[in-house]
Amino acid sequence: MHETDMTKALIMTVKDWWLAQPDKPQVSQVHLTVGKFTCVEPASLEFAFQVQTRHTFLANAELIIRETPLIAFCHPCQQEYRPEIGIQYACPICHSPMEDIRSGRELKIDRIEYNSQVESYYAPNL
Amino acid sequence: MHQTFNAALEINLLHANQAGADHNRSHFDEWGITCFNVMSSPGAGKTVLLERSLATLGAQFKIAVIEGDMTTELDADRLRQYGVPVIAINTGRSCHLDSKMVAGGIHRLAHEYNPREFELVIVENVGNLVCPAEFEVGEHAKIALLSITEGEDKPLKYPIMFQAADCLLITKMDLAPYLEVDINQIVANVRQINPYVTIIPVSAKTGEGLETWFEWVRRQIHQKSEHQLPLSISCANQ
Repeated sequence: MHETDMTKALIMTVKDWWLAQPDKPQVSQVHLTVGKFTCVEPASLEFAFQVQTRHTFLANAELIIRETPLIAFCHPCQQEYRPEIGIQYACPICHSPMEDIRSGRELKIDRIEYNSQVESYYAPNL
Repeated sequence: MHQTFNAALEINLLHANQAGADHNRSHFDEWGITCFNVMSSPGAGKTVLLERSLATLGAQFKIAVIEGDMTTELDADRLRQYGVPVIAINTGRSCHLDSKMVAGGIHRLAHEYNPREFELVIVENVGNLVCPAEFEVGEHAKIALLSITEGEDKPLKYPIMFQAADCLLITKMDLAPYLEVDINQIVANVRQINPYVTIIPVSAKTGEGLETWFEWVRRQIHQKSEHQLPLSISCANQ
């Protein structure tokens, strides 16, 4: 269950950002990108996030995970292909090994969506 | 009034672990130490391989072991009989060693010994074919073990481990005559994912392949001392 550790790392990173904000905004969404060619199971991350954020500044935040497919580039064929995880990784056309992974290894916190109190004098048009 | 905002973070989930691994590696580089991260499923034969390795290479090189285990010091005690420092790290419920845990081991090594005397530090990871592959600990080379009893399909099922490996030892070769396992298929499956990995079939019981493995280790240590540079920089995660 390394998703537990990964979620801890995720929460700490978001907390660092949150603590650096002067008005400690309400975080509504945390957007992640998780590649299919990683050892991370999104459902486990979501569960760990729910449990670990209870009674914290992220208690009401939603974790939104975007999965990216495994895409490799075959140099002999000069084209991308989608290896079938668990079955075949080599290029289906020329059988060259999977060497150049273009997508699927991501484990990234993309962005945070948050609500913040806006003072009226910052928004004179409203 | 409330307004919704976006803050782009673009931070790797594992960046803290990666920074810790880079820090560990800089210590090893400074001290002239080559570090291996030895990984496999439970029971593939990591500890017996290390026993055999310490028995032979211990006479040529000053070696220390950082031994990761979820609960016990059973493996650490086995390796201590070879007269090398063995620093045991119990990971508790964690299924892998991370760079912070290994940093604790490195600090103990530096505190109790003169780290510049060592040439090789072997990190024996927790037995697990999945998680350790995602967490660098500061190693210069990743060693994966796959016992032939595990079957041909494991490289396909657990590709990250085999993709990350610099050297793959196919262990328990003495059992090959009793199993219907096609070693050529194992090799072909690994090569689909990692065409450059060094593959060495070994048996700790009969000694088959061990000299080839020792020679690989010697070469890594010598290359390291010649160049004083990391042997391989793993860039598993963007």
